Amino acid sequence: MDQHGLTWPKEGNARVPYKVFADPELYRAELDRIFLGPSWQFLVLANELPEPGDYKTTFVGETPIIVARGEDGQIHAMLNRCAHRGNLVCLKAKGHTNDGLTCVYHSWRYDLAGNLQSVAFRRGVGGKGGMPADFRLEDHGLTRLRTSEFSGLVFGTLSPYAPPLAEYLGNQIGSHIARVFTGTPKVLGTTSQILHNNWKLYVENVKDTYHASLLHTFFTTFRVSRLTNPGGVGIAENGAHHFSYTQGGAHGDQAESDKAYAGIQSMRDDIRLEDPRFLDVVDEIGDGITIQILSVFPNFVLQQINNSLALRLVLPRGPDETELLWTYFGFEEDDAAMTERRLQQANLVGPAGYVSMEDGAVGGFVQRAIKGGADACSVIEMGGHEHLSQDTRTTEASIRGFWNAYRGLMGL
Amino acid sequence: MDLAAVARRLEIADLYAAYAACLDADELEAWPDFFTEDCHYRITSAENYEAGMPLGLIYATSRRMLKDRVSALREANIYEPQRYRHLISGIAIAKDEGNAVDVEASLLAVRTMQDGAMTMFAAGRYIDRAVRAADGWKFATKLVVLDSRRIDTLLAIPL
Repeated sequence: MDQHGLTWPKEGNARVPYKVFADPELYRAELDRIFLGPSWQFLVLANELPEPGDYKTTFVGETPIIVARGEDGQIHAMLNRCAHRGNLVCLKAKGHTNDGLTCVYHSWRYDLAGNLQSVAFRRGVGGKGGMPADFRLEDHGLTRLRTSEFSGLVFGTLSPYAPPLAEYLGNQIGSHIARVFTGTPKVLGTTSQILHNNWKLYVENVKDTYHASLLHTFFTTFRVSRLTNPGGVGIAENGAHHFSYTQGGAHGDQAESDKAYAGIQSMRDDIRLEDPRFLDVVDEIGDGITIQILSVFPNFVLQQINNSLALRLVLPRGPDETELLWTYFGFEEDDAAMTERRLQQANLVGPAGYVSMEDGAVGGFVQRAIKGGADACSVIEMGGHEHLSQDTRTTEASIRGFWNAYRGLMGL
Repeated sequence: MDLAAVARRLEIADLYAAYAACLDADELEAWPDFFTEDCHYRITSAENYEAGMPLGLIYATSRRMLKDRVSALREANIYEPQRYRHLISGIAIAKDEGNAVDVEASLLAVRTMQDGAMTMFAAGRYIDRAVRAADGWKFATKLVVLDSRRIDTLLAIPL
């Protein structure tokens, strides 16, 4: 297939042309075919908007979105773009309103479902000017997204062709989302990172179980997680979504594990934490999975690293820039000790995270390295050429799965 | 203001100057010594702080945790060579209890990478409590409230 000036290599999903991380035309096509196409985009945690009148702004790809809880108690999502002449309707990142949403430019007013309620000077002044008699408010609402909720996560889509959310996720991915939500979500804080790389390099990184204990030497050095712990990857049939899991934490055969890591640069044997309280871990879910990283195509991540829970949204900001939005959460039911545990373990992740700070940089390293390499490809063969679930993490199967789904939507 | 209070203001100004110099000179091993044994250290954003959200980008509740942070930076974490230049100004003692003071100060940290690229990396304020110990003033609490929620690439070296 030759689309967007690109012929995909004959090896299929085991090769990715570097051009897809740098080409501005491909990037524009992705915004249309993937983000505005038949995919579901994470919008908000339902609990972030508890009261009618609460609203928040976000993005679908680069497109600005308003998410609001309407007077009817339902969550609505719509373009943050006035139906009049395209101004941002919501200027604040989040807030509460008692009288709908009013565009500052010409005071067009909408309700929280995006229906146009009034137009300033609609009848003109003194019988002059004003809108034509046949102007109908109901024809000029904000463009609405279809929304759907799963485990308290609200997703939206602008495409009529996206299948129902539960079907899009599938049973296996759905059950691994649901297992994390053992209570009523409560946000503990947010942050964001500007990554100097294409959004897909971060998504690859999330799906890459091979790198975790190699790049993130903290994991290995302090024996938090190693590839020698039992674990694996579960991958949606078309490859779009995945979850990786680790079982059993730092236990297991230490000597055997040390042998496997002998000679690898990420292994140091003589360092221990002076105050390991932040690794005081509770198996709150009760199924022995200590780490689960789950992705929903194209750009949503749900993270459970021990008791550190977070949502990550990967927002494209251009061919070579990405914003990574983090929402850390616990549950309303948490006692003070559990909240403290989550805050301590949050040291593992985020921009300063012991096991995630490298992810902020490594995509940028790749982005710099592939300059001038538009005709070259990456090699993604760990664990074979398929994108099937495997009971090992020494595999790149979920990355191949991503490319399978990506190529389908892009026609590549 | 009595002379002792004036002296304290000078001592606190010196504390911040030494703190900035320590980080900017990459003397990270000495950084935990600016804190008490049971200190609280947290970096957050104004957005979280104003919403009463407890999250820290770095969250430590003891000096030993700060030491662990330094050993992870030295031995485990991977990041490109970089340096900060801290500009700390407007040091204001909000509450003076003699042997303990509540202090606020503005900070600006410019980050310079190995290729010379410079970024206005962090702007914000310190909301601190310092106490007088046998060997000088120490931070019992250091809360770094950044004006922006955004961190460029990563935050390795503390602020």
